[in-house]
Amino acid sequence: MAKAPALVGGFELPAGPRLPRVGSIDAVALEERAATLAKRSIKRESKVQALELAVRMMDLTTLEGQDTPGKVAALCAKAMRPDPVDLNVPPVAAVCVYPNLVATAKERLAGSGVKVASVATAFPSGQSPTELKVAEARAVVELGADEVDMVIDRGAFLSGRYAKVYDEIVRVKEACGDAHLKVILETGELGTYDNVRRASLLAIAAGADFVKTSTGKISPAATLPVTLCMMEAVRDVYAETGRVVGIKPAGGIRASKQAVQYLVVLHETLGPEWLTPDLFRFGASSLLNDVLMQLRKEKTGRYQSQDYFTID
Amino acid sequence: MAHLEKRSAPPPATLEWDYAPAPEARDIVHLEERYGLFIGGELVDPLSGRWLATESPATEEPLAEVAVAGAEDVDLAVATAREAFENGWSELAPSERAKYLFRIARILQERSRELAVLESLDSGKPIRESRDVDLPLAAAHFFYYAGWADKLEYAFPNRRPRPVGVAGQIIPWNFPILMLAWKVAPALACGNTVVLKPAETTPLSALFFCDVLRQAEVPAGVVNIVTGDGGTGATLVRHEGVDKIAFTGSTEVGKDIQRAIAGTGKRLTLELGGKAANIVFDDAALDQAVEGIINGIYFNQGEVCCAGSRLLVQESICEQLIAKLKHRMGTLRVGDPLDKNTDVGAINSREQLEKITELVESGKEEGAEIFQPPCRLPERGYWFPPTVFTSVAQSYRIAQEEIFGPVLSVLTFRTPEEAVEKANNTAYGLSAGVWTEKGSRILWMVQRLRAGVVWANTFNRFDPASPFGGYKESGFGREGGRHGLEPYLRFDDEH
Repeated sequence: MAKAPALVGGFELPAGPRLPRVGSIDAVALEERAATLAKRSIKRESKVQALELAVRMMDLTTLEGQDTPGKVAALCAKAMRPDPVDLNVPPVAAVCVYPNLVATAKERLAGSGVKVASVATAFPSGQSPTELKVAEARAVVELGADEVDMVIDRGAFLSGRYAKVYDEIVRVKEACGDAHLKVILETGELGTYDNVRRASLLAIAAGADFVKTSTGKISPAATLPVTLCMMEAVRDVYAETGRVVGIKPAGGIRASKQAVQYLVVLHETLGPEWLTPDLFRFGASSLLNDVLMQLRKEKTGRYQSQDYFTID
Repeated sequence: MAHLEKRSAPPPATLEWDYAPAPEARDIVHLEERYGLFIGGELVDPLSGRWLATESPATEEPLAEVAVAGAEDVDLAVATAREAFENGWSELAPSERAKYLFRIARILQERSRELAVLESLDSGKPIRESRDVDLPLAAAHFFYYAGWADKLEYAFPNRRPRPVGVAGQIIPWNFPILMLAWKVAPALACGNTVVLKPAETTPLSALFFCDVLRQAEVPAGVVNIVTGDGGTGATLVRHEGVDKIAFTGSTEVGKDIQRAIAGTGKRLTLELGGKAANIVFDDAALDQAVEGIINGIYFNQGEVCCAGSRLLVQESICEQLIAKLKHRMGTLRVGDPLDKNTDVGAINSREQLEKITELVESGKEEGAEIFQPPCRLPERGYWFPPTVFTSVAQSYRIAQEEIFGPVLSVLTFRTPEEAVEKANNTAYGLSAGVWTEKGSRILWMVQRLRAGVVWANTFNRFDPASPFGGYKESGFGREGGRHGLEPYLRFDDEH
């Protein structure tokens, strides 16, 4: 069957395996679908499974101007052993920090299996010369980052210079070498779901290992519908090319209930194959303690006060 | 562009995640062993002396016995309704009628959890739907028509609208409480009294509604409810004391009714079957169109008169769309209607299940390709898996006859003209759906589709302010909106 090639203004896709058509998104129906899935009732053992998975998928994040080696060290301790009382709670997936703190995180997490992720490319705005962004990405990898969270140039995207956005991602990907590349779309600045889909496909075409919703510096950050929209793009890419891409909603996910809703949407959109930290992450800081509280409640039948969970 | 190379397979699943059962508490509903007929504000034993059992289609477990109204019982109900009409209700200040309707609407909201559980128990529909669709819409209908009750002069200026008299109303089993609301709310708002006959297999929510009427202190005899079988309905239709018949159900019975009342001067509205076309153009938002297709045909197990049972897909995207559709069908959760995560519940009755099975067999024999996602169906009860037929020709029975089950027939088209031609090429004309991102094409299609309702980029969406009804064998008359008042009113300029 003939399929229209995805031709986004400004750049051409290769012949050979094709990306899905860019197509369009119906906002009303997309939000309705997300709302329906959010109503799934996840109880008992399926809830515990989801919560433990959410811990394993977490990119525990601190991205503040006031971050210090001390703060990051504390966060790393939490990442490796989230609940000192319950050692069955698994470590998180990664700790996500600014470039200057990569070395500290790397040292603290050595041998634990917890990855170090660093933001790069003039985070959060991306409004810097391409050479600087590429150099920054290269630098964080040299400092020991296993994963690089780059931002796209929204200014270029919104002015229709898709080729610039694309080329930058390609070059950052090259600079990353073996490090995993997550591409932050900053969906809160893109304005429409059509743009979110277009940006997702563009980032994937340029080599993203993950597409990520937000920097956490802009409201709205991650929402269920926007994440669903990105999952559908990832699903189409898989159907068309067989290529497997991950998704990371970040920002605004603070409650366990929200995390479970994201997992339901993931489960029913991309299937059980995507229920792994290799292909799905939560970018969050305060979510972890709420998940720990809920896990303790599921296991003991009682809610503990916040004083029983460490603030890091 | 090495990264676009096809990788072999996704990494192995690390987690088999199945949702634990999440049943809605059933004990919120108290069921009597037996329910009489609701006549003159009381539940009374039937003069016929006959009873029938109603069961849960999900478990075949008997739920209660309900009376079968015979000729004498219908006589009594109609006489009671007539008396209530003449001695008070029709003369009541319209704002007073509105007051009762507002009360009913609020009580329906307050007791919606009980009613939703009861509805799912008796009809087999998933609790998610009865909770989120049937009950909110039923209450919305009463609110809406309560607002019209004292504004009829403004709805029909200079025509002096007056009530018709006693309305005989017969409702189907697919949306029992919602269809009750569609019928009762406009009738009462216009000052009529009612004798309502619920469907044989789903009488319980209507009997629960008797309690709502009592709670709202609606005067005795204004609404009377006679349960029973087809014979009860036939008696009500033929009764001389009834001024207006409103029927929702099969085309076959609708034709019988029309024959039976010919020449009697009774007013009639019929809301009958359908074989709606859901038309997807190549520029549609595909993932959302798939949701619309799913909602169009698997909502309420496809037991919906306006179900989008014929999918017309533009040929250039057919393969891709069907692949998406099949994937999505695999995520439908079929099972216990009372489980909050169930998407598709039980078929309403053994009889209906047999009809669906027979038509699906005919589809296979005629040469269509069948697809059903793997799903474990409960052993007891009446179940049918979500089904899609591809390679369907317009001449196959599954493309022509109403199946009234979770069965979709897929046909293709090449141009908008062909889509319209195929969509209209049916004896029915209740609803249609159009999926395209192009606004001008929506308007072009809507002007040409011969269907009472055309949805654009959505499906099965209802609102009390929007009139609903059919073309051709789908019936006549409109329910909902200002149009829905008209069948329950007489005017000065009528003869």
